[in-house]
Amino acid sequence: MIYEKYIRVLYIDLKDRKIRIEQREDLCEYLGGVGVASKLLEENIKPELSPLHEEQPIILAIGAASSIYPVITKTVAMFYSPLTGELGESYAGGRLALTMLLAGYDAIVIGGKADKPIYMTLNRSNIEFKDARALWGMSSDEAGRVIREREPGGGKRSILRIGPAGENMVSFASVCVDTYRHFGRLGLGAVFGSKNLKAVTIIGDRSIPVKNFKEYFKVYQEIYKKVTDTEIMSKYHDAGTPVNVEPLNEMGGLPTKNLRQNRFEYVEDISGDAFVRNNLVRKMACTGCPVGCIHIGQFRREFGKGYDYESVSVSYDYELIFALGSFLGIKSTDEILQLIEAVEQLGLDAMSTGVVLGWATEAYMEKLLTDRDTIIPLEFGNSSSYNKAIEYLAANENEFYKILSKGSYEAAKKYGGQDYAMTFAKNEMPGYHTGYGALVGAVVGARHSHLCNGGYSIDQSMGAFDKEKLVEGIFKEEKERCMLNSLAICLFARKVYDRETILKVLNAIGHELTDQDLTKIAERIYGTKLRIKERLGFKLKDVKVPKRFFETPGLWGKLDEGLAYELIGMYDERIKTIN
Amino acid sequence: MAKVLKADGMNKCIGCFTCMLVCAGVNRQNHSISKSAIKVRTSGGLKGKFVADVCIACNDERACAEACPTGVLIPRPGGGVILEPKSCIGCKKCTEACIVSAVFFDDTEGRPIICKHCGMCTRFCPHECLRMEEQDNDI
Repeated sequence: MIYEKYIRVLYIDLKDRKIRIEQREDLCEYLGGVGVASKLLEENIKPELSPLHEEQPIILAIGAASSIYPVITKTVAMFYSPLTGELGESYAGGRLALTMLLAGYDAIVIGGKADKPIYMTLNRSNIEFKDARALWGMSSDEAGRVIREREPGGGKRSILRIGPAGENMVSFASVCVDTYRHFGRLGLGAVFGSKNLKAVTIIGDRSIPVKNFKEYFKVYQEIYKKVTDTEIMSKYHDAGTPVNVEPLNEMGGLPTKNLRQNRFEYVEDISGDAFVRNNLVRKMACTGCPVGCIHIGQFRREFGKGYDYESVSVSYDYELIFALGSFLGIKSTDEILQLIEAVEQLGLDAMSTGVVLGWATEAYMEKLLTDRDTIIPLEFGNSSSYNKAIEYLAANENEFYKILSKGSYEAAKKYGGQDYAMTFAKNEMPGYHTGYGALVGAVVGARHSHLCNGGYSIDQSMGAFDKEKLVEGIFKEEKERCMLNSLAICLFARKVYDRETILKVLNAIGHELTDQDLTKIAERIYGTKLRIKERLGFKLKDVKVPKRFFETPGLWGKLDEGLAYELIGMYDERIKTIN
Repeated sequence: MAKVLKADGMNKCIGCFTCMLVCAGVNRQNHSISKSAIKVRTSGGLKGKFVADVCIACNDERACAEACPTGVLIPRPGGGVILEPKSCIGCKKCTEACIVSAVFFDDTEGRPIICKHCGMCTRFCPHECLRMEEQDNDI
C-alpha cells in the first residue's frame, strides 16, 4: 500500500459471500503487481483441481506506484489458465489501477463460486453482491451499460465484465475493462464464468494525502516531460501500434493466412495508414497516461434493407489487425473492425480467436473438417463466414465449435492438423514471425506471450546471430519484466522507466530501495512463477513446436528445427540458476 | 492582467485525467482525483464525448459568492472566486448555486473545492484541451 509497509489484500469468497482483509508485511518483498499476484496465486492455486474448478482463485493486483506517475496504468490478473493448463497472467489498462488504489486494495483474491449469476460492487468501505441473472447472456457492452446506470461512482469507477463467451467458458474468453481495454489472453473470462461472476465494479473514492510533495512532484514532472516532449512514446500516439503492419510485412515477419505466408499481398489496405485514412475517429488514454495510444476506429454497418445504417466504434491495435486481418486473409479495414466488434461483444480474446480460425480454415480446406462441423464454409478472406464462426464459437454451437472453443491445440489434437495449429505451449501465437527470438521467447516465456520477454524485438535488433547472446537476452528481459510488471508500468513506457527512474519514483514515495533490491525482486518473482509452473506440471522439454513455424521463412529465412530446440534446451539450463 | 482557465478544446480530450491528478496533487497535496477542481467525465459511458466540469470564471455576478452565507467566496479579479477557508462552514450553498455544477465538495475536509485558475492543469494537458485566457479586471 502506498506510503505503508504492508500490502493490503482483499479476499472475497463468492460462495459464502464473505470477505476478509489482510495487511501483509511479508508481501512487500514482492513489491506489488505481478510479484504480489504470483505469490498470492502460489498460495491459493489448487494444482490437483481443474483450472475452472470453483476453488481456483482469481488474483488482481496493482503496483507500488500505480496511477500516481505517468503511464503506470496496468493491473495484472493471475489465474490458472484454462487455455494452457498452466500459469495465467494478463494485463489490462483503463481506469482499473486508479480505482483499486483509491478503493484501498493492492490486491484482490476472488475464490469460490456464486450459486447464481452475480456482479459485485466494491469501494473502500463496502462490498455488495448483486443479482446478475438478467445480465447473463448479455454482450459485454450491454452489461456494462446496465451496470453503469445502476451503480454509483461515475467518473471514478472501473467496470470489469464478461460476455457470452466467458459465460460459456470458452478457454480464451476475455474480460472487458472500461469498454476499450481487456484482460485478453489466456482465458480469465472463462474463470469469471466458472464462478458465475458477470462483472465487478470498483469505485475509487479514498483520499490519499501526498507525503513528500516537493520530491514527488519533481520526479512526476521529469517523467511527464520525458513522456510528452521526447520521441520515445510518439509512435504509440500518432498512428499507434498499427504502424507495425507494413514494416513487419516488408521484413517478412507478418503471419498471414495461418502462417502459410510471411507477407500479405493486400498489406497496404490494412496498414496503420489505411486505418487512419478510413476509420480513425478518436484517441483515448488509460487514466494517468498522457500518451493516449487507444485508437478508436469507426465503420458503417447496414442493419436493414434500404437506407438503414448505424455507425460502430471499436478500438484497434496491431495484434488485432494481425489476428483478425492478415492471419485470416481479410483485406479491408472495415471488415477487420467488424470482426473486432464481434469478438468484443462476445468477450473473446482477439488474438486466440483469429489464430484458432486460421487453423480451422486450413483444416476445412484439407477436409479434416466437414460442412457439418463448421456449419458455414470457412475460407481465407471471407469475413462474413468468420463473423458467423465467431458467434458459433462463443455459443459452443455444436460439438465442433465446443472443441474449437478449447483452443487450437485441443482442436488439432482431435481433428488433426497439429503441424499448423499455431500455438506455443497451447497459447495461440502473436503477430511476429520474426525468428528464433520470437519463437524461443514465446515457448520459454512464463505465460507464452510475446510480452514475456519481447523475443521478437531481439530478432529485430540483434546483429549477427549468436546462440548464447540470444538465450541470455531473452533470459535477462524475462527477468527484468518481472520487476517492471511488479510496478505494473505499461510496457510501452519501458524505455522511459529505466532503473534510475524507477528508483527515483519509489524513493519519492517512501520506498527506500536500491538497484540490487530491484534485481533481487526480479529474481524472486521469476522464481515464484517458475515454481507455480512446475507444480502445474509444465516442462519446457515437453513442448512441441508446430512444423509450420519451420516451413515459412521469417526475417532471416527458414528456421532450423534442431537449432530451435537446442536454444530452448539452453534456456532450460539457464533457468536452473533461479531459485 | 488576470487570467482564467478555458476548457474549450475538449473535443481533443483523450481522457487521461492528468489534469485531475495534477490539480489534486498540487493544490490539495492529494493523490485522489476526487480532490481536483476540474472534473473530466464522459457523457454517456466511455463511448460518449469527454466533457470538463470546471469553473467558467463568471464575472460581474458570481452566483456561488452570492449564495455564500459567510462571505468566504471572494470575487477574483478577471472572474471566479477565491475561497477563504477559515470561516467556511461547509453548508454547500455554493455547490447548489453553481448551475454548471463546477463547485465540488470535499467530504473529508468539509468544504468546497474552488478552482483558483492557477493554470497548473493547462501545463499538464497533453492535447491542448485546456488553456489560459487573459481577462480584464472586472472588480
